Amino acid sequence: MKAAHGKVFKYGDNVDTDVIIPARYLNSSDPADLARHCMEDIDRDFVSRVDTGDIIVAEKNFGCGSSREHAPIAIKAAGVSCVIAETFARIFYRNAINIGLPIVECKEAAADIEAGDEVEVDFDSGLITNHTRKKTYQGQAFPPFMQKIIDAEGLVNYINTNR
Amino acid sequence: MGMTMTQKILAAHAGLDHVEVGQLIMAQLDLVLGNDITSPVAIDVMKDMDTKGVFDRERIALVMDHFVPNKDIKSAEHCKCVREFACQHEISHFYDVGQMGIEHALLPEKGLVVAGDVVIGADSHTCTYGALGAFSTGVGSTDMAAGMATGQAWFKVPEAIRFKLVGKPGPYISGKDIILHIIGLIGVDGARYQSMEFDGEGIQYLSMDDRFTIANMAIEGGAKNGIFPVDDQTLAYIKEHADRKPLVYEADADADYAAEYTIDLSSLKPTVSFPHLPENTRTIDQIEDIAIDQVVIGSCTNGRLSDLKAAAEILKGRKVADRVRTIIIPATQQIYLDAMQAGYLKTFIEAGAVVSTPTCGPCLGGYMGILAAGERCVSTTNRNFVGRMGDVTSEVYLASPAVAAASAVTGRISGPADLI
Ligand code: SF4
Repeated sequence: MKAAHGKVFKYGDNVDTDVIIPARYLNSSDPADLARHCMEDIDRDFVSRVDTGDIIVAEKNFGCGSSREHAPIAIKAAGVSCVIAETFARIFYRNAINIGLPIVECKEAAADIEAGDEVEVDFDSGLITNHTRKKTYQGQAFPPFMQKIIDAEGLVNYINTNR
Repeated sequence: MGMTMTQKILAAHAGLDHVEVGQLIMAQLDLVLGNDITSPVAIDVMKDMDTKGVFDRERIALVMDHFVPNKDIKSAEHCKCVREFACQHEISHFYDVGQMGIEHALLPEKGLVVAGDVVIGADSHTCTYGALGAFSTGVGSTDMAAGMATGQAWFKVPEAIRFKLVGKPGPYISGKDIILHIIGLIGVDGARYQSMEFDGEGIQYLSMDDRFTIANMAIEGGAKNGIFPVDDQTLAYIKEHADRKPLVYEADADADYAAEYTIDLSSLKPTVSFPHLPENTRTIDQIEDIAIDQVVIGSCTNGRLSDLKAAAEILKGRKVADRVRTIIIPATQQIYLDAMQAGYLKTFIEAGAVVSTPTCGPCLGGYMGILAAGERCVSTTNRNFVGRMGDVTSEVYLASPAVAAASAVTGRISGPADLI
């Protein structure tokens, strides 16, 4: 069973790829470089406060804007184990699956969870547990096709094993 | 149940007679696109794939446009990486400094996309080619890598929102005003996971440049793609630019839409998106006195010849206001040349603007016009997110070339009518 467990960083609607990783840093594609500037324009303290395993929770349309895969790469390289949101922008959703960054859509969790909460996510069942508030929320499970890509830990491995 | 235009194109490329909303399909690709930011990541990913090479060297376009001519050593390394890849795999459509333009203006101009195509690009504004009656959508670098290797991509068949355009737009109402109005109406996630399908008699009044601008910003409504029906104007454009034959798909009369809007083009006014989301629209008559520091006219949204013409007509015989840096960037070399021959560049320079070689530059806060803290810019680009063009406290106001040029003259956000 794969799971994520960590403390929460909370953001609102329409967190765009420009604030996740500003274009001024896109002259590098090194994950470690990108991670150093992750969320910089929305939360200056994110990088200094994030610990491996932590979870980002946001509201509507997380990851809107550009197609830069640098955005989920930066988040993953910063140590984030899962992003929970009410909804994701389509390209970000696709990119996250393709690079193996776990994401879960759950309206209830997005509304209820607050910054600093200790949260656990079970990817097999989609169940989200808020240990701080002693509550659970049911996240949306992936369709089987996407689950296969996730199980292969990304599109590259999926293609390598399916050709 | 009938199919939308997008669904028909996707079905045909998946070898199916019929597709349903939500169905996951594997589609054949006509073209795979990448730029100087996204291609290096894709090239890296391809190295991890068990693949001998690219699926078709004629069906990959690599365009160096975001940070070129290179702004620093790191961006030069990126272009070098792509240049070497293009050389090694004998990619036919590699566009470097001297031939390049901003990708979404360049590809249609070079005839690389025709009606009926399925195109993926590792750039969110790949949806621009919907203006030609093609299905095109933005993806990330891993999808680009998989596309280059296999010539295929997976898609979830989208439902559609129908926008019926009726009436004739008034003077100074451009494609930009139409799409800003629509995004103001539906919001930045109003068409998330959906197609925006345009139809209606009003389309006949829209030039191809207007349609490119509208399809370009479908992503700003969260859409997977935006698409226009193919008419005589589309066919004439394709004939002039491309060798390949277009395939014309039409939505079925009984196609199902998630929502329908009627947009009366004759009622629209010049429209501006306020910081920091494209959905924060106001019409020009609702805008108070807002002083500005910079104007940018260019980008894949509004850097085409008709955009430069609209700006030149306003700037002719006028000067830009003191302390308003006015930066004008033709989107491709061809547009640059045409603008020069038409005398627009002379007009711009005499007005006190600067004219640059094609580049994305300031649009994404790369270089060539970065804003300092608290500065305001009226820009014909497509995004006004926090920090998009510079400091996190700077502000970007999205507008048409006519509004941008008028604002450059007055030094405040202004419509062309304010100049008379
Ligand atoms: S002009 Fe702007 S929006 Fe268009 S491709 Fe370049 S950076 Fe992206």
